[in-house]
This record gives sequence, C-alpha cells and structure tokens, in this order.
Amino acid sequence: MRQLFRFHGGVHPPEHKAVSSAAPIVQARLPQRLIVPLRQHIGTSARACVAVGDKVLKGQTIGRAEGYVSAAVHAPTSGTVVAIDMRPVAHPSGLSDLCIVIEADGDDRWIERTLLDLARMDASHVRNRLRDLGLAGLGGAVFPSFIKLNPGATAKVPTLVINGAECEPWITCDDRLMRERAQDILTGARIMATLLHATDILVGVEDNKPEALAALQAAARSLDFPADIVAVPTLYPGGGAKQLIQVLTGKEAPSGGRSTDIGVQCFNVGTAYALARAVQHGEPLMSRIVTVTGAVARPQNYEVLLGTPMAELLEQAGRTSEANGVIMGGPMMGFDIADTAAPVVKATNCLLVKSPKLFPPLPRTMPCIRCGACARACPARLQPQELYWFARAKNFGKTQEYHLFDCIECGCCNYVCPSHLPLVDYYRYAKSEIWAREQEKNAADLARRRHESRVSRLEREKAERAERLAAKAPVKKAQATVPPDSAQAAARKALAAETLARVQAKQAAAAPEPLDPPASS
Amino acid sequence: MAVSPHILPPAQSVTRVMALVLLGLVPATLVYAWLFGPAILINVAWAALACVGLEAIMLRLRGYPVRPYLGDLSAVLTGWLLALSMPALSPWWLTLTGCMLAIVVAKHLYGGLGQNVFNPAMVGYAGLLISFPALMTQWPAPLALAHAQLGAADSAQYIFAGHLPAGLKLDAITSATPLDTLRTQLKQDRTLSEILRQPLFGHLGGKGFELIAAAYLLGGALLLARKVITWHVPLAYLAAVGLTAGVFHLYDVDHYAGPWFHLAAPSTMLAAFFIATDPVTGATTPRGKLIFAAGAGFLTVLIRILGGYPDGVAFSILLMNICVPLIDAHTQPKVFGHGGDDA
Ligand code: SF4
Ligand code: SF4
Repeated sequence: MRQLFRFHGGVHPPEHKAVSSAAPIVQARLPQRLIVPLRQHIGTSARACVAVGDKVLKGQTIGRAEGYVSAAVHAPTSGTVVAIDMRPVAHPSGLSDLCIVIEADGDDRWIERTLLDLARMDASHVRNRLRDLGLAGLGGAVFPSFIKLNPGATAKVPTLVINGAECEPWITCDDRLMRERAQDILTGARIMATLLHATDILVGVEDNKPEALAALQAAARSLDFPADIVAVPTLYPGGGAKQLIQVLTGKEAPSGGRSTDIGVQCFNVGTAYALARAVQHGEPLMSRIVTVTGAVARPQNYEVLLGTPMAELLEQAGRTSEANGVIMGGPMMGFDIADTAAPVVKATNCLLVKSPKLFPPLPRTMPCIRCGACARACPARLQPQELYWFARAKNFGKTQEYHLFDCIECGCCNYVCPSHLPLVDYYRYAKSEIWAREQEKNAADLARRRHESRVSRLEREKAERAERLAAKAPVKKAQATVPPDSAQAAARKALAAETLARVQAKQAAAAPEPLDPPASS
Repeated sequence: MAVSPHILPPAQSVTRVMALVLLGLVPATLVYAWLFGPAILINVAWAALACVGLEAIMLRLRGYPVRPYLGDLSAVLTGWLLALSMPALSPWWLTLTGCMLAIVVAKHLYGGLGQNVFNPAMVGYAGLLISFPALMTQWPAPLALAHAQLGAADSAQYIFAGHLPAGLKLDAITSATPLDTLRTQLKQDRTLSEILRQPLFGHLGGKGFELIAAAYLLGGALLLARKVITWHVPLAYLAAVGLTAGVFHLYDVDHYAGPWFHLAAPSTMLAAFFIATDPVTGATTPRGKLIFAAGAGFLTVLIRILGGYPDGVAFSILLMNICVPLIDAHTQPKVFGHGGDDA
C-alpha cells in the first residue's frame, strides 16, 4: 500500500454522482451546425485556415496553433464552412469569440489519418504533432498538452500522475470513461510516461468510484502496465492537480512554479484517453465526454462533437419544466451559461441543469464574523477572510501580500462561510483588477520607454553623427520592445468590469440596505 | 447571475453558530440557578431582552434591516454573557447600562456585527466595574451558605423595584466572590490556608462556584465537539492561567493561590470557552489564537493578583483585543507551495 498524504482543509459537498453515473456513455446526435471556437485552450487563439464556403472533412485542421502556447482546432464532422464570426461562447463573462461555423453534410467523412509511430519519431516531432492534433487538458484547465509533455531542462519527470479523482459533485464523465475505456486511458498514460521519462506512474481515483478503480486495475493487469492505481479519499477539491499530487506524493508544487519543479506531471484521464486516440488512430481532439445532469429527463454521459451547440445536447437529454439555468462544470467551480447557443468545447466536462429545487437561491449575506471557518477549509492554506477584507477595500497590494494568486478558486471558503459571503467572486474580481492594472502599467511603461528611447536615440544619434564624422563608428539601434497583447488586455478589462458588476449585483440583491458596501463604493 | 460555488450546505449560518454557543451556556446557567437561586435566570432574560431591544434601535438608526440582523442571535449572546459576568442580583438599570455599553458603544459605534474591536460583553462589564465598583461585587451567596433565600418573585422584585422581603438584609443573601474574598483577605495579611478554610471555599475554588466552572467546561466541550471553536484558545488560555498562577504559587505558597484555584473560578472557564473564543474580537490564525489566548490568560492572573479589581478576565481580554491585528499579521500560516507545512 502506498502511503497517502492529506491536503489542508477541503469540504464534503453532497455528491449527486449516481444521478448520471449508472448509464453508459451514448453518442450525441450529429447537429446540423457546429460552432467551433478558435480559442478552446489556455493561450493564444488558433488562426483560421479555412474560408467561408470551403468544404471540410472530419478531422481536418480548420484553425492552426498560433504562437507557442496554443493548440489547433479541427472540423468535428464533414461539411461546409458557412461562417467565421463572433459567437457567444462558454465564458464566465458571457463574451463572444471568433468561431468557425460548419454546416454538416451528414456523411461524417474522415480526412486521411496518419498514426504516430512513436518508435520512429523523435520526441519533439511527436509533441508538434500533438499540438497540430489539438491536444489540450480535458480536466478543466485546457492547457495545451504538448507543452506539459516536454520534460524540459531536467530531461525527465520521474513521477506521472493521472488524475481520475473527479471531485466535483454531479460530474461523472471521467468515471464513465474510466469504467468503459480504461485500456485506452492507460495506453495514453504509457505514452506520456515514455515522453516524460517517468518511472513512477500513479493513477489517483477517489474512493467513491470503486467500479472505475476496478476497471483500471484490470486494464493495468491485461496491458501489463506497472501503473499504481490508487484509491484516494473522497474530499473536495481532491481532484485539483496540486491537491492530488500532494495526496499521492506528499509534495507541494511551489507557488508560481510548476509541478515539474518537484518532478511530477499531472494529466486528466480524459487527456490520456485523447492522447491514445491521437497516437494510435491519428484522431485529433474533436469530441469529448460530457455529463449532462441535474434537472434533465435523461441525465447521463454523452460523447459529443466539439462545436455542438449546448442547446442541442440539452434537448437530447430532455428538457424539464422546472429547469431554470445551466452551469458549465460542477456546482463548486462551474459558471452559468448565459446563452445555450454556445458550443461544447474542450473544457466542457459537464452541463448541469439547474432547478429551483436543486439549486435554491443562496441565503442572504451577513458581515464576516471572522470565524475562520474559511481558513480551516482552504486547501491553499490562505486566510480567505483577510483576502476578502482587502479585496473589498480594493487594497490589491495587500491581497497579493496575502497570496491571492495562490488561490485556486475552489470555493471551499465560500462553501463553509456562515455569513454566506461571495468570497470567490471577490477574489476573481481582485485578480482581474490586478491583471488589468498590470496591463495598463505595461502599456504606460512601454509608452514611457518608447519616449525615453526616442529621446535618447535622438541624443545618441546627434552624438554619433558627431562621432562618425570623426571616427566612423557603427550605429547601434534602440532595442525594440514587444507591444502588449492589446486584445487580451481588453478582454481582461471586460472580465474585471463584468465580475465587479456581478459582485455588486449579488450584494445588492442579497442586501439592499447600506450595509457591507460592495467593492465599488 | 450566480457564480460558483452554486451551492451552500443547508444548515450553516451565523444564527446557527450563535445558537450553538448559547446552547453551550445552558448547563452553567442551570447549575448557577440551582446553586445560587433563580435570580440569574431573571438577569439573563433581562439582559438578553435589553440587548435585543438596543440592537433593534441601533440597527434602525443605522439604516440596517432589523429582522435578519436580530435573527443572528449575536445580541442575545452578548446579553447572556454579560449577565453571567455580573452579580445575579444586579438592579435592572445596572444591567441595562452594561447592555448599552456593550451594544451601543462596543458594537454599533464600531460598525456592528463583525466590525467591533472589543468584546462587547467585556466592555459592558469593565465599564460597570469602573463606574459602580461596589454594586459589582455584591454576588449572591451560594444557597448552602446564605442565611436566607430569595425565590423567583422576590428576586424579580429586588432586581426591578429594589426592595427585599420585609426583614431581610442584603448582607444575608450576598457575599463577595471567592476570588474577591481571597484578594481582600490576603491584603489583611492572612495566610492562604487560613482563608481557604472558610466555608465560602470548596474543594478547588469557591463552594458552588467550582461547579459552575465545571459546567462551563462541559458547555465548552460541546462547542469543541460541534467545531464551533477550535482547541487553540481554551487550551492556551487555561495553560497560561495555570502556569502563571503556578509560578506565583511556587514563589510564595502561603500567599498565592495555586493554579487549581484560578482554574476553578467560573470566570476562567467562561473566558476560556466563551469570551476569548469570540471570533470577531480574537485572533484568527491558529498560531495567533495561541498567542492571543495565552496572553489573555497570563494577564488575567496578573491582574487578579496584582491589580485592584476582583477579577482580571475583562481587562485581559480587552487588552489582548487591541493586539489582534498585530498578532494576526505576524502569524500568517505558510501558504501552499511556499514551503513549510500545516500550521
Ligand atoms: S467563513 Fe465567512 S464569516 Fe467566517 S471568517 Fe471566513 S469570511 Fe468571515
Ligand atoms: S477559493 Fe481560494 S481562498 Fe477559497 S478555499 Fe479555495 S483556494 Fe482557498
């Protein structure tokens, strides 16, 4: 038996997993139109490489990875590109983003696929292929996988952790995947281990999923793969990468650093599965398992083409009369979907349909009584009540001093707070404000530097002209600076404003009196 | 539009926290009434009522919604704690004055629930002690020792109208507390063992008083079991009281009461489990709680022994309240990924 460790805090929200975990994964219907956002991952948006009117085949690249932190996107079925424009996407701010719209022809005809011959390809070639196949983490963060599969300077990452913890209530997509496709998951894990030169392979699954554990163990035996399938205690947020690594290895990923700094890399089971499909079948990432649960007639897991409008998937799961909203993700970290015309993307692990019965309105907020319940629940060992205090007072410097950026937004503090304070809202607000200010500062710095360098260049040129006349010395150019990604800055500002408005609205709704002035006043 | 988390556990609110603390006070209050007569029940009810009334007025004046805030039970708790700290036979206006100090001055002038720097009940108590020292030392004597007993009706009449049944003198039913007696008599150069032989004293502390202390301990255990408080504050407070008293006792066995005597005083147990544990005015970090409570325990004994007041709990808590921001700022636990382990 492996010695397990525990992380600080954590909570036990009601699981509601049985609602959707009993039935096998079914194939979702092919929609008539698919809306494929070019940004489905963390990092730079992919760049469209098709034009309106183009015929595309299933699996064809329609957006190329752009810049280093990026991943390609693909046509999920065969058909015609009918539009490339801004559409509502799944984002907490409800912003629109650039999408490629494909009218399906119904043939679902594949492009020619080439398998990846790992034995004959060098590692960096493999990683480039994975980038072109659009591989990104399916656990929620959607970080491009090829980057994480680079062992980096150390040349090896001894420990590979496969995350099957799935700690969020309601969600069962990983559970079903593990039960039904354990062999593929472990095949993906084996490829990951090879690329990372990992020697210790751990698969962590919360002990509320005995069937998944059994399936993985059986698969490991039949593949003769020396992975340690470990049952970890069920405790939210045990599926957070940092928390799972801590539970399995006792090590803490350094703040601001990566888990590879402590010799560990962590992937979601869905990512491992997608990797196996990519390598063994040459399939790009263009479908995923999505749990549709809550107030629907047929709660279960669906294999869904990316780009399928959420509304169509919900239709298939059966609308109910009491439904009054949809959360993407789980109840602890998910966010409300403003418009179900938004498509399923790589990050969509769950559509949780709300009803007043399942999600009663949150009780009114009261002032913080400094009870410390939040601090006891915080897996990052933060002092949420202090962060709340400083964020509310717009004392952003202090929030950073109290390590705001180590907050993983798990919501445990919020969950246990007897005053029902929207703590995580405040943290998101503070973070986005800080980002926005940094962008502004960078822009201002840039302008100042440009001005300064212009002034000094003029002076230098004058001096140099004088010198040249004398000695004919070579001319040195002022150093160019990178302009800030202004589109990104604008998006962050929008998010900051939106978050603030939300916090205010929530506080106003909960407390229409002059108490507890929201962060704006 | 709601954002995450979208759920909260059903039974969890400020009201519930306060209700559990009130529940923790029940055993000691009952023991108190059993051993010292029903006056304490009247005083608790009156203080709670006064605090709730004052809270309602203050909320209205400050433009807050009255209902939900009264429902948080924090005013009831303040009144109850104050009544337990005061002599049970205090006249109604004395209790009311204490409640005003607690609710109006200590709580609402500082911004209301969650914002106050000083523990409201202790502000009320300390204010009264300074202003009405004589009244604040007239404790009901344990029934077993009293020459006469007051029933509920008589107690109420005394508290609200100020007269005793015909032929009864106040002396017959009140006395100084054991702590107070000890302090005054030590000043008269009597030795400790002489003093402790008097009927007012029991096995460990004052007769009857020590049972109230035990009942507080029981109530405190309930709070610990229900996770309303953590072990840090009671343990550090009691340890500091015991240690400080122990050092004095060892220094002069004839003059300074031993640790058990201080620990068996009801005010010690009340402070350890119900006053120093007040989240609003205490430290919040685990190490901060230890420092805060140890400091309060140390000061409690120091004031009892060296100060001019019958008890040191209120002043020690208020003094430590001032230090809380400093303590919290310097005892932040190591955050995940910054090296170090659970604090
Ligand atoms: S749990 Fe809520 S009330 Fe308690 S300290 Fe944290 S923020 Fe304040
Ligand atoms: S949301 Fe942030 S502050 Fe709150 S418990 Fe999670 S990590 Fe801690």
